[in-house]
Amino acid sequence: MLRFIIRRILLAIPVLITVATLTFLIMHWVPGGPFDTDKILPPEIIANIEAKYHLDKPLPMQYLLYMKQLLQGDLGPSYKYLGRDVTDIILDTFPVSFTLGLCAVWVVLGLGIPAGMISAYWKDSLLDRSVLLLAGMSISVPSFVLGAVSVWIFSHQWHLLPPALWEGPRHILLPAFALGAGFSGYIARLTRTTMLDVLASDYIRTARAKGLTEPIILFKHVLKNSVYPIVSVMGPLTAGLVTGSFVIEYIFSIPGMGRFFITAVTNRDYPLIMGVTLVYAVLIVVANMVVDMLYGWLDPRVTLK
Amino acid sequence: MAIFAPWVAPYSYETQDTLKTLTFPNFEHWMGTDRLGRDLFSRMIYGARVSLFVGIFTTVFALLIGTIYGAISAYAGGRTDNLMMGVVDVVFALPDLLMIILITVLMGRGVTGVFLALTLVSWVTVARLVRGEVLRIKEFPFVQAARALGASPTRILAREIFPNILGILVVTLSFRVPVAILAESTLSFIGLGIAPPFSSWGSLANDGWTAIKFYPHLILFPSLAIFLTILSFNFLGEGLREVLDPRTSKAHE
Repeated sequence: MLRFIIRRILLAIPVLITVATLTFLIMHWVPGGPFDTDKILPPEIIANIEAKYHLDKPLPMQYLLYMKQLLQGDLGPSYKYLGRDVTDIILDTFPVSFTLGLCAVWVVLGLGIPAGMISAYWKDSLLDRSVLLLAGMSISVPSFVLGAVSVWIFSHQWHLLPPALWEGPRHILLPAFALGAGFSGYIARLTRTTMLDVLASDYIRTARAKGLTEPIILFKHVLKNSVYPIVSVMGPLTAGLVTGSFVIEYIFSIPGMGRFFITAVTNRDYPLIMGVTLVYAVLIVVANMVVDMLYGWLDPRVTLK
Repeated sequence: MAIFAPWVAPYSYETQDTLKTLTFPNFEHWMGTDRLGRDLFSRMIYGARVSLFVGIFTTVFALLIGTIYGAISAYAGGRTDNLMMGVVDVVFALPDLLMIILITVLMGRGVTGVFLALTLVSWVTVARLVRGEVLRIKEFPFVQAARALGASPTRILAREIFPNILGILVVTLSFRVPVAILAESTLSFIGLGIAPPFSSWGSLANDGWTAIKFYPHLILFPSLAIFLTILSFNFLGEGLREVLDPRTSKAHE
Protein backbone atom coordinates (compact mmCIF):
# COMPACT_ATOMS: atom_id res chain seq x y z
CA MET A 1 0.00 0.00 0.00
CA LEU A 2 2.73 2.45 1.01
CA ARG A 3 4.73 1.58 -2.09
CA PHE A 4 1.67 2.21 -4.20
CA ILE A 5 1.17 5.65 -2.67
CA ILE A 6 4.81 6.58 -3.18
CA ARG A 7 4.67 5.41 -6.79
CA ARG A 8 1.58 7.49 -7.46
CA ILE A 9 3.15 10.57 -5.91
CA LEU A 10 6.27 10.05 -8.02
CA LEU A 11 4.07 9.79 -11.11
CA ALA A 12 2.25 12.99 -10.18
CA ILE A 13 5.43 15.07 -10.03
CA PRO A 14 6.26 15.05 -13.78
CA VAL A 15 2.63 15.85 -14.54
CA LEU A 16 2.66 18.89 -12.28
CA ILE A 17 6.02 20.07 -13.58
CA THR A 18 4.70 19.74 -17.12
CA VAL A 19 1.63 21.78 -16.24
CA ALA A 20 3.75 24.48 -14.61
CA THR A 21 6.22 24.63 -17.49
CA LEU A 22 3.55 24.54 -20.19
CA THR A 23 1.50 27.31 -18.64
CA PHE A 24 4.63 29.37 -18.09
CA LEU A 25 5.72 28.99 -21.71
CA ILE A 26 2.27 29.57 -23.15
CA MET A 27 1.83 32.72 -21.11
CA HIS A 28 5.12 34.10 -22.37
CA TRP A 29 4.51 33.19 -26.00
CA VAL A 30 1.25 35.03 -26.13
CA PRO A 31 1.58 38.28 -28.05
CA GLY A 32 0.60 41.37 -26.09
CA GLY A 33 0.99 41.88 -22.39
CA PRO A 34 -1.14 42.80 -19.41
CA PHE A 35 0.24 46.32 -19.38
CA ASP A 36 -0.73 47.17 -22.95
CA THR A 37 -3.14 50.02 -22.53
CA ASP A 38 -4.56 52.65 -24.84
CA LYS A 39 -2.47 55.25 -23.08
CA ILE A 40 1.10 55.37 -24.27
CA LEU A 41 3.25 55.13 -21.17
CA PRO A 42 6.66 56.77 -20.93
CA PRO A 43 9.47 54.21 -21.36
CA GLU A 44 10.70 54.80 -17.79
CA ILE A 45 7.39 53.69 -16.33
CA ILE A 46 7.32 50.60 -18.50
CA ALA A 47 10.85 49.76 -17.44
CA ASN A 48 9.83 50.25 -13.82
CA ILE A 49 6.85 47.96 -14.11
CA GLU A 50 8.88 45.31 -15.89
CA ALA A 51 11.57 45.47 -13.24
CA LYS A 52 8.98 45.12 -10.51
CA TYR A 53 7.58 41.91 -11.98
CA HIS A 54 10.98 40.62 -13.16
CA LEU A 55 9.86 40.89 -16.78
CA ASP A 56 13.16 42.51 -17.76
CA LYS A 57 15.19 39.38 -17.05
CA PRO A 58 15.86 36.73 -19.72
CA LEU A 59 13.26 33.99 -20.04
CA PRO A 60 15.23 31.13 -18.42
CA MET A 61 15.89 33.36 -15.39
CA GLN A 62 12.20 34.21 -15.14
CA TYR A 63 11.37 30.52 -15.32
CA LEU A 64 13.79 29.56 -12.55
CA LEU A 65 12.57 32.42 -10.40
CA TYR A 66 8.98 31.34 -10.97
CA MET A 67 9.69 27.71 -10.12
CA LYS A 68 11.59 28.73 -6.99
CA GLN A 69 8.71 30.85 -5.75
CA LEU A 70 6.33 28.06 -6.61
CA LEU A 71 8.16 25.61 -4.37
CA GLN A 72 7.78 28.10 -1.55
CA GLY A 73 4.04 28.22 -2.15
CA ASP A 74 4.22 31.74 -3.50
CA LEU A 75 2.35 32.16 -6.76
CA GLY A 76 3.47 35.72 -7.34
CA PRO A 77 1.60 39.02 -7.39
CA SER A 78 -1.50 39.53 -9.49
CA TYR A 79 -1.04 41.93 -12.40
CA LYS A 80 -4.56 43.28 -12.32
CA TYR A 81 -5.64 43.17 -8.68
CA LEU A 82 -2.92 45.46 -7.43
CA GLY A 83 -1.49 44.71 -4.05
CA ARG A 84 -2.99 41.23 -3.93
CA ASP A 85 -1.06 38.01 -4.21
CA VAL A 86 -2.33 35.20 -6.37
CA THR A 87 -2.05 32.92 -3.35
CA ASP A 88 -4.41 35.25 -1.43
CA ILE A 89 -6.94 35.31 -4.23
CA ILE A 90 -6.90 31.55 -4.52
CA LEU A 91 -7.26 31.08 -0.78
CA ASP A 92 -10.27 33.41 -0.88
CA THR A 93 -11.99 31.81 -3.84
CA PHE A 94 -11.11 28.15 -3.41
CA PRO A 95 -13.53 27.46 -0.51
CA VAL A 96 -16.40 28.79 -2.61
CA SER A 97 -15.60 26.52 -5.54
CA PHE A 98 -14.99 23.62 -3.19
CA THR A 99 -18.39 24.01 -1.49
CA LEU A 100 -20.09 24.20 -4.86
CA GLY A 101 -18.26 21.08 -6.05
CA LEU A 102 -19.09 19.16 -2.90
CA CYS A 103 -22.79 20.03 -3.18
CA ALA A 104 -22.69 18.98 -6.82
CA VAL A 105 -21.21 15.61 -5.83
CA TRP A 106 -24.18 15.10 -3.53
CA VAL A 107 -26.52 15.98 -6.38
CA VAL A 108 -24.73 13.50 -8.66
CA LEU A 109 -24.84 10.64 -6.17
CA GLY A 110 -28.22 11.54 -4.69
CA LEU A 111 -29.92 11.54 -8.07
CA GLY A 112 -27.83 8.96 -9.87
CA ILE A 113 -27.63 6.05 -7.45
CA PRO A 114 -31.34 5.85 -6.50
CA ALA A 115 -32.35 6.27 -10.14
CA GLY A 116 -30.00 3.49 -11.18
CA MET A 117 -31.23 1.21 -8.39
CA ILE A 118 -34.88 1.75 -9.27
CA SER A 119 -34.07 1.17 -12.89
CA ALA A 120 -32.21 -2.08 -12.26
CA TYR A 121 -34.72 -3.47 -9.76
CA TRP A 122 -37.70 -2.97 -12.01
CA LYS A 123 -35.81 -3.83 -15.17
CA ASP A 124 -37.65 -3.29 -18.48
CA SER A 125 -40.58 -1.63 -16.74
CA LEU A 126 -41.91 1.72 -17.83
CA LEU A 127 -40.03 3.24 -14.89
CA ASP A 128 -36.76 1.71 -16.08
CA ARG A 129 -37.33 3.02 -19.59
CA SER A 130 -38.03 6.54 -18.38
CA VAL A 131 -34.95 6.54 -16.15
CA LEU A 132 -32.82 5.42 -19.09
CA LEU A 133 -34.32 8.06 -21.35
CA LEU A 134 -33.79 10.76 -18.73
CA ALA A 135 -30.22 9.61 -18.15
CA GLY A 136 -29.54 9.68 -21.88
CA MET A 137 -30.93 13.19 -22.07
CA SER A 138 -29.10 14.51 -19.04
CA ILE A 139 -25.81 13.30 -20.49
CA SER A 140 -26.49 15.35 -23.62
CA VAL A 141 -27.40 18.61 -21.91
CA PRO A 142 -24.55 21.10 -21.60
CA SER A 143 -24.43 22.42 -18.05
CA PHE A 144 -24.85 26.01 -19.21
CA VAL A 145 -28.11 25.09 -20.90
CA LEU A 146 -29.32 23.40 -17.74
CA GLY A 147 -28.22 26.42 -15.71
CA ALA A 148 -29.94 28.87 -18.02
CA VAL A 149 -33.18 26.89 -18.13
CA SER A 150 -33.29 26.44 -14.36
CA VAL A 151 -32.60 30.13 -13.78
CA TRP A 152 -35.37 31.04 -16.18
CA ILE A 153 -37.90 28.69 -14.59
CA PHE A 154 -37.05 28.99 -10.89
CA SER A 155 -35.88 32.58 -10.74
CA HIS A 156 -37.48 34.55 -13.51
CA GLN A 157 -40.81 32.75 -13.82
CA TRP A 158 -41.58 31.37 -10.36
CA HIS A 159 -39.34 33.69 -8.30
CA LEU A 160 -38.47 30.84 -5.97
CA LEU A 161 -34.67 30.94 -5.93
CA PRO A 162 -32.12 33.69 -6.49
CA PRO A 163 -30.67 33.70 -10.03
CA ALA A 164 -27.13 34.60 -9.04
CA LEU A 165 -24.55 35.44 -6.37
CA TRP A 166 -23.40 33.47 -3.38
CA GLU A 167 -24.97 34.56 -0.13
CA GLY A 168 -26.45 31.55 1.55
CA PRO A 169 -27.77 28.02 1.21
CA ARG A 170 -30.56 29.16 -1.11
CA HIS A 171 -27.92 30.36 -3.54
CA ILE A 172 -26.29 26.94 -3.74
CA LEU A 173 -29.31 24.93 -4.92
CA LEU A 174 -29.54 25.96 -8.57
CA PRO A 175 -25.81 25.95 -9.40
CA ALA A 176 -25.22 22.64 -7.65
CA PHE A 177 -28.11 21.11 -9.57
CA ALA A 178 -26.97 22.54 -12.90
CA LEU A 179 -23.44 21.30 -12.29
CA GLY A 180 -24.34 17.84 -11.03
CA ALA A 181 -27.39 16.77 -12.99
CA GLY A 182 -25.50 15.91 -16.18
CA PHE A 183 -23.13 13.58 -14.39
CA SER A 184 -25.94 11.89 -12.48
CA GLY A 185 -27.02 10.40 -15.79
CA TYR A 186 -23.70 8.56 -16.07
CA ILE A 187 -23.95 7.38 -12.47
CA ALA A 188 -27.51 6.18 -12.99
CA ARG A 189 -26.48 4.09 -16.00
CA LEU A 190 -23.43 2.73 -14.24
CA THR A 191 -25.41 1.82 -11.12
CA ARG A 192 -28.01 0.08 -13.26
CA THR A 193 -25.47 -2.02 -15.17
CA THR A 194 -23.50 -3.13 -12.12
CA MET A 195 -26.65 -3.77 -10.11
CA LEU A 196 -28.05 -5.97 -12.85
CA ASP A 197 -24.84 -8.03 -12.71
CA VAL A 198 -25.01 -8.29 -8.94
CA LEU A 199 -28.72 -9.14 -8.92
CA ALA A 200 -28.05 -12.04 -11.26
CA SER A 201 -25.21 -13.43 -9.14
CA ASP A 202 -25.30 -16.58 -7.08
CA TYR A 203 -24.94 -15.03 -3.66
CA ILE A 204 -28.04 -12.92 -4.18
CA ARG A 205 -29.94 -16.06 -5.10
CA THR A 206 -28.61 -17.65 -1.90
CA ALA A 207 -29.68 -14.62 0.11
CA ARG A 208 -33.16 -14.84 -1.37
CA ALA A 209 -33.27 -18.57 -0.67
CA LYS A 210 -32.38 -17.91 2.94
CA GLY A 211 -35.56 -15.89 3.12
CA LEU A 212 -34.02 -12.49 3.74
CA THR A 213 -36.37 -9.60 3.14
CA GLU A 214 -36.01 -7.63 -0.07
CA PRO A 215 -34.88 -4.36 1.58
CA ILE A 216 -32.07 -6.17 3.42
CA ILE A 217 -30.96 -7.89 0.24
CA LEU A 218 -31.09 -4.66 -1.71
CA PHE A 219 -29.30 -2.37 0.67
CA LYS A 220 -26.97 -4.76 2.48
CA HIS A 221 -25.98 -7.13 -0.28
CA VAL A 222 -26.66 -5.55 -3.63
CA LEU A 223 -25.80 -1.93 -2.97
CA LYS A 224 -22.64 -2.77 -1.09
CA ASN A 225 -21.34 -4.77 -4.02
CA SER A 226 -22.40 -2.22 -6.62
CA VAL A 227 -20.49 0.77 -5.30
CA TYR A 228 -17.02 -0.19 -6.54
CA PRO A 229 -17.43 0.94 -10.15
CA ILE A 230 -19.02 4.15 -8.86
CA VAL A 231 -15.98 4.82 -6.69
CA SER A 232 -13.73 4.19 -9.68
CA VAL A 233 -15.36 6.93 -11.75
CA MET A 234 -15.18 9.49 -8.97
CA GLY A 235 -11.76 10.59 -10.25
CA PRO A 236 -12.91 11.59 -13.74
CA LEU A 237 -16.07 12.91 -12.11
CA THR A 238 -14.06 15.31 -9.94
CA ALA A 239 -12.19 16.51 -13.02
CA GLY A 240 -15.47 17.03 -14.82
CA LEU A 241 -16.98 18.95 -11.92
CA VAL A 242 -13.90 21.12 -11.63
CA THR A 243 -13.96 22.17 -15.26
CA GLY A 244 -17.75 22.36 -15.24
CA SER A 245 -17.58 24.83 -12.39
CA PHE A 246 -16.07 27.47 -14.73
CA VAL A 247 -19.28 27.77 -16.65
CA ILE A 248 -21.55 27.47 -13.64
CA GLU A 249 -19.67 30.13 -11.71
CA TYR A 250 -19.84 32.34 -14.77
CA ILE A 251 -23.59 31.89 -15.17
CA PHE A 252 -24.44 32.39 -11.52
CA SER A 253 -21.81 35.08 -10.85
CA ILE A 254 -20.32 32.99 -8.07
CA PRO A 255 -17.04 34.43 -6.74
CA GLY A 256 -15.15 31.15 -7.12
CA MET A 257 -11.87 30.19 -8.73
CA GLY A 258 -13.47 29.40 -12.07
CA ARG A 259 -14.87 32.88 -12.54
CA PHE A 260 -11.58 34.46 -11.51
CA PHE A 261 -9.89 32.24 -14.06
CA ILE A 262 -12.13 33.45 -16.88
CA THR A 263 -11.58 37.09 -15.92
CA ALA A 264 -7.87 36.44 -15.59
CA VAL A 265 -7.76 35.04 -19.12
CA THR A 266 -9.52 38.06 -20.56
CA ASN A 267 -7.31 40.39 -18.47
CA ARG A 268 -4.12 38.52 -19.38
CA ASP A 269 -3.33 38.35 -15.69
CA TYR A 270 -0.65 35.68 -16.23
CA PRO A 271 0.32 34.85 -12.65
CA LEU A 272 -3.33 34.37 -11.75
CA ILE A 273 -3.92 32.14 -14.79
CA MET A 274 -0.91 30.03 -13.95
CA GLY A 275 -1.83 29.84 -10.28
CA VAL A 276 -5.39 28.70 -10.88
CA THR A 277 -4.29 26.20 -13.53
CA LEU A 278 -1.81 24.66 -11.11
CA VAL A 279 -4.34 24.44 -8.29
CA TYR A 280 -6.79 22.69 -10.59
CA ALA A 281 -4.12 20.29 -11.84
CA VAL A 282 -3.09 19.41 -8.28
CA LEU A 283 -6.73 18.95 -7.35
CA ILE A 284 -7.37 16.53 -10.20
CA VAL A 285 -4.17 14.57 -9.65
CA VAL A 286 -4.87 14.25 -5.92
CA ALA A 287 -8.50 13.26 -6.56
CA ASN A 288 -7.40 10.48 -8.90
CA MET A 289 -4.89 9.27 -6.37
CA VAL A 290 -7.38 9.24 -3.50
CA VAL A 291 -9.92 7.41 -5.64
CA ASP A 292 -7.41 4.73 -6.61
CA MET A 293 -6.47 4.20 -2.98
CA LEU A 294 -10.08 4.15 -1.87
CA TYR A 295 -10.80 1.59 -4.54
CA GLY A 296 -8.06 -0.70 -3.34
CA TRP A 297 -9.17 -0.30 0.24
CA LEU A 298 -12.85 -0.98 -0.46
CA ASP A 299 -12.59 -3.83 -2.90
CA PRO A 300 -10.66 -6.77 -1.50
CA ARG A 301 -10.29 -8.21 -4.99
CA VAL A 302 -8.00 -5.37 -6.05
CA THR A 303 -4.41 -5.48 -4.88
CA LEU A 304 -2.39 -2.32 -5.19
CA LYS A 305 1.03 -2.67 -6.70
CA MET B 1 -28.26 22.56 -44.00
CA ALA B 2 -25.03 23.84 -42.55
CA ILE B 3 -23.06 23.35 -45.76
CA PHE B 4 -25.57 25.25 -47.86
CA ALA B 5 -25.92 28.04 -45.33
CA PRO B 6 -25.58 30.95 -47.78
CA TRP B 7 -28.47 29.65 -49.86
CA VAL B 8 -30.72 28.43 -47.06
CA ALA B 9 -30.48 31.37 -44.70
CA PRO B 10 -33.13 33.97 -45.41
CA TYR B 11 -30.92 36.85 -44.25
CA SER B 12 -27.18 37.43 -44.04
CA TYR B 13 -25.68 36.73 -40.63
CA GLU B 14 -24.52 40.29 -40.27
CA THR B 15 -27.46 42.19 -41.74
CA GLN B 16 -28.83 44.48 -39.09
CA ASP B 17 -32.40 45.62 -39.17
CA THR B 18 -32.25 48.34 -36.57
CA LEU B 19 -35.99 48.91 -36.68
CA LYS B 20 -36.69 45.36 -35.63
CA THR B 21 -34.36 44.72 -32.70
CA LEU B 22 -35.21 42.05 -30.13
CA THR B 23 -38.40 40.84 -31.78
CA PHE B 24 -40.03 37.61 -30.71
CA PRO B 25 -40.40 34.78 -33.22
CA ASN B 26 -42.77 35.75 -36.02
CA PHE B 27 -43.41 34.89 -39.67
CA GLU B 28 -40.76 37.19 -41.02
CA HIS B 29 -38.07 36.14 -38.56
CA TRP B 30 -38.78 32.54 -37.52
CA MET B 31 -36.71 32.70 -34.38
CA GLY B 32 -36.93 36.44 -33.79
CA THR B 33 -34.06 38.91 -33.93
CA ASP B 34 -31.28 39.81 -31.54
CA ARG B 35 -30.21 43.05 -29.90
CA LEU B 36 -28.78 44.37 -33.17
CA GLY B 37 -31.73 43.30 -35.29
CA ARG B 38 -29.99 40.31 -36.81
CA ASP B 39 -32.16 37.37 -37.85
CA LEU B 40 -31.58 34.59 -35.33
CA PHE B 41 -32.61 31.80 -37.70
CA SER B 42 -29.95 32.83 -40.21
CA ARG B 43 -27.37 33.18 -37.48
CA MET B 44 -28.28 29.73 -36.22
CA ILE B 45 -27.64 28.22 -39.64
CA TYR B 46 -24.25 29.92 -39.91
CA GLY B 47 -23.55 28.94 -36.31
CA ALA B 48 -24.28 25.33 -37.21
CA ARG B 49 -21.43 25.52 -39.70
CA VAL B 50 -18.94 26.48 -37.03
CA SER B 51 -20.26 24.12 -34.36
CA LEU B 52 -20.49 21.09 -36.61
CA PHE B 53 -17.25 21.83 -38.42
CA VAL B 54 -15.33 22.10 -35.18
CA GLY B 55 -17.09 19.05 -33.72
CA ILE B 56 -16.57 16.73 -36.66
CA PHE B 57 -13.16 17.80 -37.90
CA THR B 58 -11.45 17.89 -34.52
CA THR B 59 -12.72 14.40 -33.86
CA VAL B 60 -11.57 13.10 -37.22
CA PHE B 61 -8.12 14.60 -36.74
CA ALA B 62 -7.86 13.40 -33.15
CA LEU B 63 -8.88 9.95 -34.33
CA LEU B 64 -6.29 9.97 -37.08
CA ILE B 65 -3.42 11.05 -34.84
CA GLY B 66 -4.54 8.84 -31.97
CA THR B 67 -4.90 5.75 -34.16
CA ILE B 68 -1.49 6.08 -35.77
CA TYR B 69 0.19 6.91 -32.47
CA GLY B 70 -1.54 4.16 -30.52
CA ALA B 71 -0.93 1.54 -33.20
CA ILE B 72 2.78 2.34 -33.48
CA SER B 73 3.16 2.37 -29.71
CA ALA B 74 1.44 -0.98 -29.28
CA TYR B 75 3.21 -2.61 -32.18
CA ALA B 76 6.67 -1.36 -31.27
CA GLY B 77 6.32 -2.47 -27.65
CA GLY B 78 9.13 -2.36 -25.12
CA ARG B 79 10.84 0.89 -24.30
CA THR B 80 9.31 2.82 -27.22
CA ASP B 81 5.87 1.84 -26.00
CA ASN B 82 6.65 2.92 -22.44
CA LEU B 83 7.98 6.26 -23.58
CA MET B 84 5.11 6.95 -25.97
CA MET B 85 2.52 6.02 -23.38
CA GLY B 86 4.31 8.13 -20.78
CA VAL B 87 3.65 11.16 -22.97
CA VAL B 88 0.02 10.13 -23.28
CA ASP B 89 -0.29 9.70 -19.50
CA VAL B 90 1.00 13.21 -18.89
CA VAL B 91 -1.29 14.82 -21.48
CA PHE B 92 -4.17 12.74 -20.16
CA ALA B 93 -3.65 13.98 -16.62
CA LEU B 94 -3.84 17.63 -17.67
CA PRO B 95 -7.24 19.17 -17.07
CA ASP B 96 -8.89 19.27 -20.52
CA LEU B 97 -10.82 22.51 -20.53
CA LEU B 98 -7.98 24.39 -18.85
CA MET B 99 -5.53 23.29 -21.50
CA ILE B 100 -7.99 24.13 -24.27
CA ILE B 101 -8.42 27.62 -22.83
CA LEU B 102 -4.67 28.13 -22.51
CA ILE B 103 -4.04 26.96 -26.06
CA THR B 104 -6.78 29.19 -27.48
CA VAL B 105 -5.20 32.09 -25.60
CA LEU B 106 -2.01 31.28 -27.48
CA MET B 107 -3.49 30.53 -30.89
CA GLY B 108 -6.08 33.25 -30.96
CA ARG B 109 -9.80 32.85 -30.63
CA GLY B 110 -10.58 31.95 -34.21
CA VAL B 111 -11.99 28.71 -35.54
CA THR B 112 -8.45 27.40 -36.12
CA GLY B 113 -7.37 28.09 -32.56
CA VAL B 114 -10.32 26.28 -31.06
CA PHE B 115 -9.90 23.46 -33.57
CA LEU B 116 -6.22 22.95 -32.76
CA ALA B 117 -6.76 23.18 -29.03
CA LEU B 118 -9.50 20.57 -29.06
CA THR B 119 -7.48 18.23 -31.27
CA LEU B 120 -4.41 18.53 -29.08
CA VAL B 121 -6.21 17.40 -25.95
CA SER B 122 -8.50 14.74 -27.40
CA TRP B 123 -6.16 12.52 -29.40
CA VAL B 124 -4.77 10.87 -26.25
CA THR B 125 -8.03 9.12 -25.41
CA VAL B 126 -8.04 7.57 -28.86
CA ALA B 127 -4.35 6.63 -28.62
CA ARG B 128 -5.00 4.70 -25.41
CA LEU B 129 -7.99 2.90 -26.83
CA VAL B 130 -6.26 1.95 -30.05
CA ARG B 131 -3.16 0.77 -28.24
CA GLY B 132 -5.25 -1.56 -26.09
CA GLU B 133 -7.06 -2.95 -29.12
CA VAL B 134 -3.91 -3.46 -31.16
CA LEU B 135 -2.24 -5.23 -28.25
CA ARG B 136 -5.19 -7.58 -28.08
CA ILE B 137 -5.44 -8.26 -31.79
CA LYS B 138 -1.68 -8.58 -32.25
CA GLU B 139 -1.75 -11.93 -30.50
CA PHE B 140 -4.45 -13.45 -32.71
CA PRO B 141 -3.38 -16.36 -34.94
CA PHE B 142 -4.11 -14.56 -38.20
CA VAL B 143 -1.71 -11.77 -37.31
CA GLN B 144 0.93 -14.27 -36.25
CA ALA B 145 0.39 -16.06 -39.54
CA ALA B 146 0.88 -12.86 -41.52
CA ARG B 147 4.07 -12.18 -39.61
CA ALA B 148 5.29 -15.71 -40.27
CA LEU B 149 4.70 -15.11 -43.96
CA GLY B 150 7.10 -12.20 -43.78
CA ALA B 151 4.68 -9.28 -44.03
CA SER B 152 6.15 -5.92 -43.01
CA PRO B 153 4.90 -4.24 -39.81
CA THR B 154 3.25 -1.47 -41.85
CA ARG B 155 1.43 -4.03 -43.93
CA ILE B 156 0.31 -6.00 -40.90
CA LEU B 157 -0.97 -2.86 -39.18
CA ALA B 158 -2.75 -1.57 -42.26
CA ARG B 159 -4.10 -4.79 -43.72
CA GLU B 160 -4.56 -7.16 -40.80
CA ILE B 161 -5.10 -5.08 -37.69
CA PHE B 162 -6.74 -1.91 -38.97
CA PRO B 163 -9.85 -3.59 -40.43
CA ASN B 164 -10.43 -5.20 -37.06
CA ILE B 165 -10.45 -1.97 -35.11
CA LEU B 166 -12.44 -0.03 -37.69
CA GLY B 167 -15.73 -0.79 -35.94
CA ILE B 168 -14.51 0.52 -32.62
CA LEU B 169 -13.12 3.62 -34.33
CA VAL B 170 -16.47 4.41 -35.93
CA VAL B 171 -18.16 4.05 -32.53
CA THR B 172 -15.54 6.27 -30.92
CA LEU B 173 -16.03 8.84 -33.65
CA SER B 174 -19.72 9.19 -32.96
CA PHE B 175 -19.12 9.41 -29.20
CA ARG B 176 -16.30 11.94 -29.46
CA VAL B 177 -18.09 14.34 -31.82
CA PRO B 178 -20.64 15.39 -29.15
CA VAL B 179 -17.80 15.79 -26.64
CA ALA B 180 -16.05 18.18 -29.03
CA ILE B 181 -19.26 20.08 -29.78
CA LEU B 182 -19.92 20.39 -26.06
CA ALA B 183 -16.40 21.64 -25.38
CA GLU B 184 -16.57 24.21 -28.17
CA SER B 185 -19.99 25.50 -27.15
CA THR B 186 -18.97 25.70 -23.50
CA LEU B 187 -15.86 27.61 -24.45
CA SER B 188 -17.80 30.00 -26.67
CA PHE B 189 -20.47 30.39 -24.03
CA ILE B 190 -18.03 31.69 -21.42
CA GLY B 191 -16.64 34.03 -24.07
CA LEU B 192 -13.32 32.27 -24.58
CA GLY B 193 -14.13 30.40 -27.77
CA ILE B 194 -15.16 31.58 -31.22
CA ALA B 195 -14.80 35.36 -31.47
CA PRO B 196 -17.21 37.74 -33.24
CA PRO B 197 -18.22 38.38 -35.98
CA PHE B 198 -18.27 34.60 -36.34
CA SER B 199 -20.64 32.79 -34.10
CA SER B 200 -21.25 29.24 -33.03
CA TRP B 201 -24.27 27.95 -31.18
CA GLY B 202 -22.35 28.45 -27.95
CA SER B 203 -21.65 32.14 -28.55
CA LEU B 204 -25.25 32.65 -29.69
CA ALA B 205 -26.39 31.11 -26.43
CA ASN B 206 -24.11 33.52 -24.60
CA ASP B 207 -25.66 36.46 -26.46
CA GLY B 208 -29.06 35.16 -25.43
CA TRP B 209 -27.98 34.64 -21.83
CA THR B 210 -27.56 38.37 -21.26
CA ALA B 211 -31.21 38.92 -22.16
CA ILE B 212 -32.72 35.74 -20.72
CA LYS B 213 -35.17 37.45 -18.40
CA PHE B 214 -37.18 39.19 -21.09
CA TYR B 215 -36.16 37.50 -24.34
CA PRO B 216 -35.74 33.82 -23.46
CA HIS B 217 -36.13 32.75 -27.10
CA LEU B 218 -32.65 34.09 -27.87
CA ILE B 219 -31.03 31.46 -25.67
CA LEU B 220 -33.70 28.80 -26.17
CA PHE B 221 -33.01 28.08 -29.84
CA PRO B 222 -29.19 27.77 -29.68
CA SER B 223 -29.46 25.65 -26.52
CA LEU B 224 -32.00 23.41 -28.14
CA ALA B 225 -29.81 22.99 -31.22
CA ILE B 226 -26.79 22.01 -29.12
CA PHE B 227 -28.82 19.65 -26.99
CA LEU B 228 -30.49 17.90 -29.92
CA THR B 229 -27.23 17.54 -31.84
CA ILE B 230 -25.40 16.03 -28.91
CA LEU B 231 -28.36 13.79 -28.12
CA SER B 232 -28.55 12.45 -31.67
CA PHE B 233 -24.81 11.75 -31.85
CA ASN B 234 -25.02 9.90 -28.53
CA PHE B 235 -27.95 7.80 -29.71
CA LEU B 236 -26.15 7.14 -32.99
CA GLY B 237 -23.09 6.03 -31.03
CA GLU B 238 -25.11 3.67 -28.88
CA GLY B 239 -26.77 2.15 -31.90
CA LEU B 240 -23.48 1.73 -33.71
CA ARG B 241 -21.85 0.24 -30.64
CA GLU B 242 -24.42 -2.51 -30.46
CA VAL B 243 -23.83 -3.41 -34.08
CA LEU B 244 -20.09 -2.84 -34.45
CA ASP B 245 -18.37 -3.33 -31.12
CA PRO B 246 -17.57 -6.98 -30.47
CA ARG B 247 -17.02 -6.27 -26.79
CA THR B 248 -20.66 -5.59 -26.02
CA SER B 249 -22.17 -8.98 -26.50
CA LYS B 250 -25.89 -9.42 -26.81
CA ALA B 251 -25.86 -12.01 -24.03
CA HIS B 252 -24.88 -9.29 -21.61
CA GLU B 253 -28.05 -7.30 -22.06
